[in-house]
Amino acid sequence: MSDPPIHAEGLVRAFAGTPVLAGVDLVVRGGEAVVLLGPNGAGKTTLLRILALLLRPGAGRLALFGTDAGAAPPALRRRIGYVGHESLCYPDLTAAENLAFYARLFDVPDAAARIAELIGWAGLEAAARRPVRAYSRGMAQRLALARALLHGPDLLLLDEPFAGLDPEAVAALQHRLGELRAAGHAIVLTTHDLERAAPVATRLAILHRGRVAWTQEGAPEPVVVAAAWQAVVVGRA
Amino acid sequence: MRGALAILAKDLRIEWRTRESLASVFVLGVLLLVVLTVAHDPTPEAAPALAPAVLWVSFVFTGLAGIQRGFLLERENDCLAGLLTAPVDPADIYAGKLAANVILLAVTQGVVVPLAGLFLHADLWPVLPGLFAVLLLGNVGFAALSTLFAAVAARTRARETLLPLLLLPLALPLLIAAVQATEAVLAGGLGAAREAVAVLLAFDVIFTVAGWLLFAYVVRD
Repeated sequence: MSDPPIHAEGLVRAFAGTPVLAGVDLVVRGGEAVVLLGPNGAGKTTLLRILALLLRPGAGRLALFGTDAGAAPPALRRRIGYVGHESLCYPDLTAAENLAFYARLFDVPDAAARIAELIGWAGLEAAARRPVRAYSRGMAQRLALARALLHGPDLLLLDEPFAGLDPEAVAALQHRLGELRAAGHAIVLTTHDLERAAPVATRLAILHRGRVAWTQEGAPEPVVVAAAWQAVVVGRA
Repeated sequence: MRGALAILAKDLRIEWRTRESLASVFVLGVLLLVVLTVAHDPTPEAAPALAPAVLWVSFVFTGLAGIQRGFLLERENDCLAGLLTAPVDPADIYAGKLAANVILLAVTQGVVVPLAGLFLHADLWPVLPGLFAVLLLGNVGFAALSTLFAAVAARTRARETLLPLLLLPLALPLLIAAVQATEAVLAGGLGAAREAVAVLLAFDVIFTVAGWLLFAYVVRD
């Protein structure tokens, strides 16, 4: 059996002495889509940034695809696609230029065709030659998603990926994530919008006070999730 | 090296499109040149002696402004995270940013030096090759150090204040050597500036290697 894309044990992280993650255990296998829920400040973004190798955990062990994340070799980064709260795209470059830049960094083969395909998928054909500075929130988010998918990562880490998207873009993203999951890619996404994330989820987890406080395998049942939220978050508030 | 070249091309493209650094650096450079020349009000005979100090004071302030802007590009939209999630060695990021900064400083020098020659009655043409070598050495050393510290400062809230505070004390040996070398070149050619050139060379090597090695610790959490 191949190594899981994510194998995290006891991840701990604090900022200026304030603990944010207090021992997160998480294993995500290929073909899984884990949706992380949690109140503001639960540590979702911090966890995702650690998984994207942007932050180091203060303690704990993280292996990605069987490789110790502490070493973080460039080849490991090639297998990860990350969408953060911001687009990670240069405002003075156009969408096509941003994607071309990242295609060079990721050494994407046949980059021009791949960029054209993703710009089409993101519905940005008409705006592809405009500077990103002129984009709306939703357009910037679609570009951020296209950027994360550009190099065909095996592991997708998406922080609030549905934020700012119109219903058409939400459906396109859900469809794409479904395809990727079916093809064996692993997905971890954080959201406050369970309704939009539910169609792609194979597992649900609630992160609270820096720990995975509740998990459920399979498609989420809203009633069950609401009860869990009530017990885990509201009950322990 | 692929990453470094991509970052260099990207920075130059953004600069060419916005001309934000070049415009501010150009105006500041010319302003400093005029103010320093007018403040000293030298006789035509004494004016060339002022050229080394006037040139390097102009380069330091314009360089600071330009290099700071280069790293602010990476903060907007969290673009630095985009670079750090890519399969690129942080040393390559440093190399790309350094090369862009060297080019930016060189363009500034290309504008300020002829103007300084004009204002200060310094005949630069006969000493141009030597002067070019000294300017390049000073440029590389200043860019090597400031690229590293701009990355440190960009992560802090007081970045505008912090960069000069971190940079200028460490850049002092470079600036003294650069002024001395420029003085010697203007007086008699590069041969007379051997010691100062050696200091510049050593500074360039030490801080380029230090930046190359330390950049990962500066930009990564």
